[in-house]
Amino acid sequence: MSDYNFAYLDEQTKRMIRRAILKGVAVPGYQVPFASREMPMPYGWGTGGVQVSAACLTPEDVFKVIDQGADDTTNAVSIRKFFEKTAQVSVTEHTKDATVIQTRHRIPEVRLTEDQILVYQVPIPEPLRFLEPRETETRKMHALEDYGLMHVKLYEDIARHGEIATAYAYPVKVEDRYVMDPSPIPKFDNPKLESAALQLFGAGREQRIYAVPPYTKVVSLDFDDYPFDPSKADYPCALCGATESYLDEVIVDDSGGRMFVCSDTDFCAGRQEAAA
Amino acid sequence: MIEVEGLGKNFTLHNQGGAVIPVLEDAHFTVAPGECVALTGASGAGKSTVMRILYGNYLAQAGRVTIGGVDLTGAEPRTILTLRRQTLGYVSQFLRVVPRVPTLQVVAEPCLATGQSEEAAVTRARDLLSRLNIPETLWSLSPTTFSGGEQQRVNIARGFAYTYPALLLDEPTASLDPVNREVVLSLIEEAKANGAAIVGIFHDVEARARVADREVDIGRFTPGRAA
Amino acid sequence: MTKNQNIPERPPLLEVHDLTKNYGARTGCADVSFNLFPGEVMGIVGESGSGKSTLLNCLAGQLEADSGAVMFDTRADGPRDTRLMSEAERRMLGRTDWAFVHQNPRDGLRMRISAGGNVGERLMAVGARHYGDIRSAAEDWLTRVEIATDRMDDRPAAFSGGMQQRLQIARNLVTGPRLVFMDEPTGGLDVSVQARLLDLLRGLVRRMGLSAIIVTHDLAVVRLLADRLMVMKDGRVVETGLTDQVLDDPQHAYTQLLVASVLQV
Repeated sequence: MSDYNFAYLDEQTKRMIRRAILKGVAVPGYQVPFASREMPMPYGWGTGGVQVSAACLTPEDVFKVIDQGADDTTNAVSIRKFFEKTAQVSVTEHTKDATVIQTRHRIPEVRLTEDQILVYQVPIPEPLRFLEPRETETRKMHALEDYGLMHVKLYEDIARHGEIATAYAYPVKVEDRYVMDPSPIPKFDNPKLESAALQLFGAGREQRIYAVPPYTKVVSLDFDDYPFDPSKADYPCALCGATESYLDEVIVDDSGGRMFVCSDTDFCAGRQEAAA
Repeated sequence: MIEVEGLGKNFTLHNQGGAVIPVLEDAHFTVAPGECVALTGASGAGKSTVMRILYGNYLAQAGRVTIGGVDLTGAEPRTILTLRRQTLGYVSQFLRVVPRVPTLQVVAEPCLATGQSEEAAVTRARDLLSRLNIPETLWSLSPTTFSGGEQQRVNIARGFAYTYPALLLDEPTASLDPVNREVVLSLIEEAKANGAAIVGIFHDVEARARVADREVDIGRFTPGRAA
Repeated sequence: MTKNQNIPERPPLLEVHDLTKNYGARTGCADVSFNLFPGEVMGIVGESGSGKSTLLNCLAGQLEADSGAVMFDTRADGPRDTRLMSEAERRMLGRTDWAFVHQNPRDGLRMRISAGGNVGERLMAVGARHYGDIRSAAEDWLTRVEIATDRMDDRPAAFSGGMQQRLQIARNLVTGPRLVFMDEPTGGLDVSVQARLLDLLRGLVRRMGLSAIIVTHDLAVVRLLADRLMVMKDGRVVETGLTDQVLDDPQHAYTQLLVASVLQV
């Protein structure tokens, strides 16, 4: 046993966070304030997600961390190691095997199940923030469902670019009530927000937690004549050949050579193994 | 049509030691439909004050003014505005218009305000402007740029555009050339023939003799005179 | 055009009873009562600190009055006291039947959003979800306030003061409100720009049959726009009446002073 309490945070803090999570589950899409703690990592590195994960983990859980779809980037590796050390939970890179998945900016390609929890790291939880800087006002707007401004943003996109150019952090309406920022996931992932798994969102710096419970209605905002389009790069994955997965563009040399590969490394590796 | 009873008017100058200047006392007269009454009296006798009270522009301190069955004394602003729109026309000596509005529109407005069609209102406006010899090239311009005489004629055209049952005329022929003076006099005669009750101030004695049926000397109502 | 003939028969659009607002020991406005009828334009004049802006903000629900009632004739339920409405209901009024034109266009516009987006916001706020329709409505309104449609995708920050003010008006009128509150709508504009704006406002108010309450210290503005006047001093109404009557034959000492203080040109 290390010198840390299980999963780093003390029990009182975890209870406080769990209460916030429960409230979030009870009011889907509503941003619940919570007393975010200092974590041994800088803001922007997933302090919100880590606190939510810490409050959810049990010794039996199998933990997975992805950063932009990948299990092997610095952020993912260090958070995984953090909980290996402070909670001694087993970890995995396989989506199917994980019970708690902390993610930054992606939803796994594999359909999640009722036995899984997906924890998002959220930089700015307020979808209205860039349109209305006053927190007092955005809270009122949520309370009164005064969401015209959200469509103004989409209107501006079309006026400027001829289409809704918002490609990530695409705003959604949850259960016909709250407009929510799904964190900076690509809009390709938006349809996957309607899921069997419990989805929790943690913003450490902004001190907010919100949730999308299993099987909750999540609608991406759009216009009748400019419907939501979860587009992606129009290529197959260069490694596994998948045509239905979200792709990263990788520059391979100095002369502009590039390739498109699955962003979800576990999904891609699984397909390659199956093919081999 | 127009009934004035016991009309009294003072001006209280609060900012000059509260001086009270009595202007009218127990003024009374009536005007029947189709009749033209000329107000006479020396300059300063209160002719313009009476006209302004009749139009609801000045408040009277005593008495009653009834026009077309509407009691002006203590009437709500909207009652007076409705009266002005539908019953009571006023040709003042000065044209007061919004900058930028074309002359044709200025003249057509009274008819439009009573709900006439755009076409009828504009036709009437064109007719009057031609009769009053305003060159057609000016119709699309704002009258604010016109000469004094032209402005006066635009004002008259506007005042006669709608056939009001009651009309107030303040020096309608002043500063007009003989041709246009003749046009204005015939307009007044037409209004009378249409049954309008008219109250006018005419310094032009010939004009007064021609259109007025009666004269009312406002000097009689100057306070202190009777005593 | 029925608005002109039927005014006396229709119930008031706004009935204000004894509206009072104090700032601590200081009076904002006190015991203000009046009725505003459909199609009527009322001017509120008075010098700075006379309480006219406080009154306007209390009427428009932007400031909470201490006592009194503001009854608005709602489309659905008839006259209702807006002071007792929920915030949600008041906001709904604020983006449908009411409009508020601020003196400073920066207070009434979103400076980082295109002109078209500014006009479209109210439509989207009440549920418009067809981009093409929203855009053509915005285009129509920009034309009505004399802003070239090729400026539609520019931000208001790039507009002149007069254009910004006209944009603010378009943004407010696009949902066809019945009551417009205006706080010094021509303040801070050049005289030539003022004239154009006044002409525009006057045309819109008359054509749409709008009721309006205009707060200003500029008597020329009310003479042109307002049917009737309310003169305020130290938070109280000292004189009311037909606009030209109040200006040409003022009864109260303060009104006489106000009228006499205007420079003649």
